[in-house]
Amino acid sequence: MFSVIQFPGSNDDRDTRFAMKSVLGVPSELAWHKSADLPADTRAVLLPGGFSYGDYLRCGAMARFSPVMAAVRRFAEAGGPVLGICNGFQILCESGLLPGALLRNRDLHFVCEHVALRVERSAPPFTSRARVGEILHIPVKHGEGSYFADDATLARLEERGQVLLRYCENPNGSRNDIAGVANEAGNVFGMMPHPEHAVEPVVGGTDGARILGSLVDFVQGRGKAA
Amino acid sequence: MTSAGDPPVDLALALEHGLTEEEWHQIVRILGREPSFPELGIFAVMWSEHCSYKSSKKHLKTLASEGEPVLHGPGENAGVVAIGDGLAVAFKIESHNHPSYIEPRQGAATGVGGILRDIFTMGARPLASLDSLRFGPLEDPKHRHLLAGVVEGIGSYGNSVGVATVGGETQFHECYRGNILVNAFNLGVVETDRIFLASAAGLDNPVIYAGAKTGRDGIHGASMASAEFDDSSEEKRPTVQVGDPFTEKCLIEACLELMQTDAVVGIQDMGAAGLTCSSFEMASNAGTGIEMDLDRVPQRAEGMTPYELLLSESQERMLLVAKAGREQEVCDIFARWDLDAAVVGRVTGDGRMRVRCHGETVVDIPVDPVAASSPELDRPTAEPPELRERQKLDLAALAPEEDLTGALEALLDSPDGGSKAWLYRQYDQLVQGNTLIGPGGDAALVRIKREDGSVTDKAVAMAVDCNPRWCVLDPYAGAVAAVAEAARNVACTGARPLALTNCLNFGNPEKPEIMWQFVEAVRGLGDAARALGTPVVSGNVSFYNETDGRPIHPTPVVGMVGLLEPWSRFAVAHFREEGRQVVLLGETREELGASAWLALRRGLEAGAPPAVDLEAEVALQRLLARGVAEGWIETAHDVSTGGLALALAECCFSDPGGTRVGAQLELADPIRPDALLFGESPGRVVAAGAHADELLAAAAEEGVPARRLGTTGGDRLCIGRAGGSTWIDVPVARLHELWARAIPRRLEAA
Repeated sequence: MFSVIQFPGSNDDRDTRFAMKSVLGVPSELAWHKSADLPADTRAVLLPGGFSYGDYLRCGAMARFSPVMAAVRRFAEAGGPVLGICNGFQILCESGLLPGALLRNRDLHFVCEHVALRVERSAPPFTSRARVGEILHIPVKHGEGSYFADDATLARLEERGQVLLRYCENPNGSRNDIAGVANEAGNVFGMMPHPEHAVEPVVGGTDGARILGSLVDFVQGRGKAA
Repeated sequence: MTSAGDPPVDLALALEHGLTEEEWHQIVRILGREPSFPELGIFAVMWSEHCSYKSSKKHLKTLASEGEPVLHGPGENAGVVAIGDGLAVAFKIESHNHPSYIEPRQGAATGVGGILRDIFTMGARPLASLDSLRFGPLEDPKHRHLLAGVVEGIGSYGNSVGVATVGGETQFHECYRGNILVNAFNLGVVETDRIFLASAAGLDNPVIYAGAKTGRDGIHGASMASAEFDDSSEEKRPTVQVGDPFTEKCLIEACLELMQTDAVVGIQDMGAAGLTCSSFEMASNAGTGIEMDLDRVPQRAEGMTPYELLLSESQERMLLVAKAGREQEVCDIFARWDLDAAVVGRVTGDGRMRVRCHGETVVDIPVDPVAASSPELDRPTAEPPELRERQKLDLAALAPEEDLTGALEALLDSPDGGSKAWLYRQYDQLVQGNTLIGPGGDAALVRIKREDGSVTDKAVAMAVDCNPRWCVLDPYAGAVAAVAEAARNVACTGARPLALTNCLNFGNPEKPEIMWQFVEAVRGLGDAARALGTPVVSGNVSFYNETDGRPIHPTPVVGMVGLLEPWSRFAVAHFREEGRQVVLLGETREELGASAWLALRRGLEAGAPPAVDLEAEVALQRLLARGVAEGWIETAHDVSTGGLALALAECCFSDPGGTRVGAQLELADPIRPDALLFGESPGRVVAAGAHADELLAAAAEEGVPARRLGTTGGDRLCIGRAGGSTWIDVPVARLHELWARAIPRRLEAA
């Protein structure tokens, strides 16, 4: 089961489930933020985009306290794959499951457009279906997507190959053009672009399926080794 | 019936509330006594222009609102039109002009919030939004501020609730310097057996309040929208409501979840005039009464008076009537979404609205005279005296354009002609994953999924349109053209236009010239809608768009909705490939009246707008649907403001960073080049594809004039006289740069 967490204010939750279930053909259900446990057969967790709790305080700052987040943390600590998209990325940073923070975009405007992303690492569970150096076209849509970490953290991320995706043209002022970053163990990954909005040829192209498909491969035991 | 602290109620106070002396006497007659303070407030908002449509309803009744697919027409929160297989779309456009001028961010945001509630109140999941915006010149810092604020407001609300903003239109004109227009359109999808209406039916059924708590915000918003602006308008800032899209998002999900049960009898959002308007409408629609206890209303502020509770326009609130005995189930669903819900009253059978507060009755009035039988006026009309003179334009006396390339460049570089990407890249265009054509095309095209997430073959096309320059010179012709253009835009995707909604923005209806403009425009809307077979299923009127006696141009905005099935083939507004044949459908006449060229290059807003041939329009739109379905047409772009030259240039590029394809084109019509390039004869479409012969043959069959213009390819746009001189020969990259920078450069120059 690919469990998509539904926070109040999530709004790409149904789209993420659609991408997993209807396009990639794997079982996927919404998991309610108030439940203390993940669905029993959860093999991967997806934190969707949106504006959890309205994002009125700081993006993701309230959602990290949702009961379900304790279960997500346990799942991640046990090595389970967790993908945070946009607001999900922000929640993972706020929860401390990923390093760094997402700040207001450089030009202070919300931005919705297709961006080109360079794949920095080809590895399970999130980028095994892509090649290093390959360019993926996936849309962004966010107001607070400027990735920030201090110099020491950035250096460590780069050194350990935790930066999986980088913007070819930086839309938001992210440090080191970082579009997606993983934890040290590699099983928790956050990205600002929306792979779930790039899984069908007529609606945004299919490059997003490379990311989500990598996760499917991993769960189904098909991911190639790093 | 007076409460401590209420001011004495008399004629003077009624006048202060915007009521007339005659209306005051009528109130006293209805009640058989003088009203209490809250009752006076209720009459004042319910009989305000904004809520009662008293100046417009006589004329709106003439619009054709029926047709085979129409399930619900005007009078409901939104029009509902069947699209087959048990599905329907609910849609409406509504103005939020006055608040947006006072406080652009919150004004626009709550405009979006309000129209969304109109849609999900009917049981429909909001699918996509459009916005029709008008500002004063961008050279004015105030209007740069207004543009930025409105766009941020639309984005902050729409993005947060998870409804894609997929298109719209934006224009800039001196006439909007004192009154900007912010018209928000939304469309939702509903299953035909799950449509909900605003009805308080069933004796003793509980009346339930749900959503945000009631505060003191927005009291008198409806009255504000029913008067002209003057120097004191800035002081009206407190009457603008504050939006909370997070609560709205939870409210959408909770209501749609609730509607999957059969506990709901009727439901209505609290918009203008809040609790008052919603309860009166629900009781009036069902022919019942309501008894309500204000002490049970969830409140945000301490010590609110009955007057304030009844008239507050706090956002994100719903009123619903449930089946007796199902109260807990309803409240549990709202609680799951952390929303307040409380039983505040019950349905009664005596047709009266009775409101108690602290054990005292503060309101006791018959429902019908306030709601359904509100005043209807027949305001005098008079054609503006100088209009006939302005409609005269002697082409022979008009110096021909010396620099055709320069004129095209000037149009592309104008805020009206330039790209609107600066606006729409601030909107989430993608959420819900259905956007086949987003902003920047002639119409947006959005795929329909069912509530369970399954994909259908259906897509809806939608567009909003109005050319105010045409409307001021001839409101009838301008309104006809708005309907025709909106339908044509929808048809350009390959869709068949189904039905329309409208937002009629005008000045002060108490002035006969303004009322004349209004009546003419409504006549035009009605005639065009009947001719095209697209009934008017919902709408909104915004009068008093006038400051210090200067009215806006009449701006009857048309929102057209069409159906494309299957959506596997659709056309876009730009050239997709090199080597495609370009065909012009429709006839170009020698005319420049009311054109953008004339305004931009000659400083003239004059002449009669070109006439629309509605029969030819029908044939053209039928041909477009056929051509797209057959695969002959892969590009279709409407020729409108700026004429053929601007349309052809726009075909050469799509989004910023999108495709760029040049073209070599020849025009043969024996008319003066500036009219050929920049005239705005309606009923024309630039089509491109790989099967021009088939398209031309079909055009002949359908009786649509059509001629081959040339082919796509290369990196230049070349346009010349067939077998003669070249008029325009410019790199596409240069045209694109001007077009893309038209708005950003004006904002940066600040």
